[in-house]
Amino acid sequence: MVQLCIIYDKVRFEEKALYEKAQSMGIKSQIVDAKSITIGTDSKKKDFMLGDIILQRTVSHYRGLYLSASLEFLDFNVINRFKVTETCGNKLMTSIALAKNNIPTPKTQFAFSAESALETIKKTGFPLVLKPIVGSWGRGIFPLRDNETASMVLEMREEDDSPLSRIYYVQEMIDRPPRDIRCIVIGDQAVTAIYRYAAQSEWRTNVARGGKVELAPITKEVEDLSIKTAKAVGGGILGVDMMEDKNYGLVVHEVNGTVEFRGAASVSNADIPGAMIDYAIALGKK
Amino acid sequence: MKSNFECQECGADISIPEDAVKGEIITCPDCGAEYEIASKTENGAELKPAETVGEDWGQ
Repeated sequence: MVQLCIIYDKVRFEEKALYEKAQSMGIKSQIVDAKSITIGTDSKKKDFMLGDIILQRTVSHYRGLYLSASLEFLDFNVINRFKVTETCGNKLMTSIALAKNNIPTPKTQFAFSAESALETIKKTGFPLVLKPIVGSWGRGIFPLRDNETASMVLEMREEDDSPLSRIYYVQEMIDRPPRDIRCIVIGDQAVTAIYRYAAQSEWRTNVARGGKVELAPITKEVEDLSIKTAKAVGGGILGVDMMEDKNYGLVVHEVNGTVEFRGAASVSNADIPGAMIDYAIALGKK
Repeated sequence: MKSNFECQECGADISIPEDAVKGEIITCPDCGAEYEIASKTENGAELKPAETVGEDWGQ
């Protein structure tokens, strides 16, 4: 019987739902704190009782990323794979993967100094969006509508201590309705899709920012694009975020490697944790 | 089972819900300080101060 291990650093709705679902399905499962694991170059897989398949669900991107690398070094089977987490956790790497695979995505410029970022911004024209390449829940995302704001925001970024703040990711602002679409893809299946509406006085649609959710139809277009996107980043359990560009149709702007689904679960009839566990168990058998 | 704790910040009573599990975050109802459930068994639970939100948190 395949044994499942859910690794967390903070138990959210999602980790609890996954663990409870696994228990109710009669699957031998455990939930392990990432903060309690230490792995060395001389470690052996047999020293760790982490089952046959690991769902890596840490809220901290870097903790999860390097833990996945360490677990894969020991030959554990981890969902998502280190490479997938690396691609999805970094917007620049995601954009490259999308562009390489001809997936429609907002036009984005990568600049490596504030000076060249400002030059690019002026050349491209407003409105634009400046995003941190690593970071979530909509933090640090600025709409740029004029030169003055752009200069001030870039100045702020220069004062930030993080070396990643010196990498400038400037994206065209998509002319879209005040919502985006998240499609949860598990393996090669689009399991559920939701609209995420921005909260009042807010343009970001993140549920963490008070965004509201509504069930969205999984149209053929949403399904095809989500599955193609999932493949482009390496596959696994993913949240594909799309916007409805008024002129060009659906564009993918983000892929979540440790997808939160509390919002989706509140409106969808799909058994999201059940589908994730089925996928994990099937992989664990291989 | 011990299910009530005193907040280290403000001294308020913090109760742990029956269905809470290890690793969950409990917030002090008075001051908002956050605690992680470090362990939970039939005999009791332990709390420890939760990590502060990191720049790389979330999806």
